[in-house]
Amino acid sequence: MFQNIGEIALLFWRTVLALPLIWRQRAKVLDQFHEIGNASLLMVAVLSFFLGGVIALQTGPVLAERGLHSAIGGLVGISMAKELAPIMMSILIAGRIGSAFAAEIGSMRVYQEIDALRTMNINPVHFLVMPRLVAIAIGLPMLVTFAILVGWLGGATVAQVTTQIDVPFESFFENMKNVVGISEVLHGVFKSFCFAWIIGVVSCHQGLTTRGGPRGIGRSVTKAVVNSIVLIVLFDYVLTRLLLH
Amino acid sequence: MNDNGTTQHGVSVQVRGIRRSYGAQEVLNGIDLDVRPGEIFVIMGASGSGKSVLLRHIIGLEAPDEGEILINGESIHSVDVASKYRMALVFQSGALLNSLTVGDNVGLYLSEHRLKSPDEIRKIVLDKLEVVGLKGTEDKLPSELSGGMRKRAAIARALVIEPELILYDEPTSELDPVSSVVIGEEIYKLNKRIGVTSLVVSHDRDLAFGIADRIAVMHEGEIVALGSPDEVKRSHNPIIRKFIHADFKRQPKA
Repeated sequence: MFQNIGEIALLFWRTVLALPLIWRQRAKVLDQFHEIGNASLLMVAVLSFFLGGVIALQTGPVLAERGLHSAIGGLVGISMAKELAPIMMSILIAGRIGSAFAAEIGSMRVYQEIDALRTMNINPVHFLVMPRLVAIAIGLPMLVTFAILVGWLGGATVAQVTTQIDVPFESFFENMKNVVGISEVLHGVFKSFCFAWIIGVVSCHQGLTTRGGPRGIGRSVTKAVVNSIVLIVLFDYVLTRLLLH
Repeated sequence: MNDNGTTQHGVSVQVRGIRRSYGAQEVLNGIDLDVRPGEIFVIMGASGSGKSVLLRHIIGLEAPDEGEILINGESIHSVDVASKYRMALVFQSGALLNSLTVGDNVGLYLSEHRLKSPDEIRKIVLDKLEVVGLKGTEDKLPSELSGGMRKRAAIARALVIEPELILYDEPTSELDPVSSVVIGEEIYKLNKRIGVTSLVVSHDRDLAFGIADRIAVMHEGEIVALGSPDEVKRSHNPIIRKFIHADFKRQPKA
């Protein structure tokens, strides 16, 4: 991955330069956007509900034992908003959508469809990469916002129904409001926006550099997902550090 | 005007000392060629002789290690050439975009470059599909077509570009004899109708001798013969004789 970092950065820059063509490619952006939402919404809902629930379940009894009932809502709220929703949903999307980007573009590369575009003087970055990147850069932050809300709901439900915690719904959200504000949510959404670009550009680059037949496509898909996850985790630390100030 | 009375608008292609290696393997070993405007030039040779690689260099998909390719005297890799001259490559596999319908594939050049309105594009697409005998397939996906139909759709896609240079990579491979003849006739008719320079890479001897104005024979990355079909047929070069006269010989029963 690291030997290709220059190529990935160049692809990112070329995509940024192609952004003025968004309106022209709007049909493809909408197609991809629909694909991202359609493929992931249910899974995001299930994952984030149980993620919120399990944080409440893990921390709730310990805090309740020490009389810290009021901290549970804030803890679940801030964990979901700032860290768990952005990173877990980004990893999920890297697996679902990043792999699809790499497979689609990779098979187009292997079966000479990209060469055919080039012979027609159609830029593959404008035609294939830019619509995907724009769609994921809009779609992932929206999914993460949804995941944060569902995660809070999961935490609140578990906090209410678990006898060792026993924090009512209203108190959970009341406590959460004291700790979590709009800036915490924006913190997570901004991180997911950065992760979306990472997933998009890494996966599309992997697709565009696919070599060989079906085996090459498989290798590209694996690399796209693994490299995206590694970079997401690295950038998560860097962004968290930067956003602390 | 050319000999056939149609307007000549093909381009010339000059290949100058092209060399290309992949690792230690030298695939193109100093190729020199001159393709005249409006002619059908066939590059023949056995599988692995470097024909398709040469074609990919001519259209600019690959850059040579040495030498240059000139289209009407301008390097294929200069910035203007791709926008100045309309060129098309009919890939061996067709290389249609599998996610688009046949109609969208054929009209892709016009729609992406916004050269016509959607209604005009549809009209042109239907017209070109009819020319190649694929009327009624515009809403099908490439996966629903046979190999021969996909190739004809790829030719229709090339026709839409109204190219000045059209390159065909093994246009009759994997086709039955009847479909091969149909494709050969399409290449010939197109050339005579619009005067496009046509460069065909093939190991199909019937196609080459049937449609070519001139033929070059490649062997191990070099041109070993160049001339009219009759001149190539009369060649005494053992490589060419072997290639032209290769035939299946059934062993007599003991």
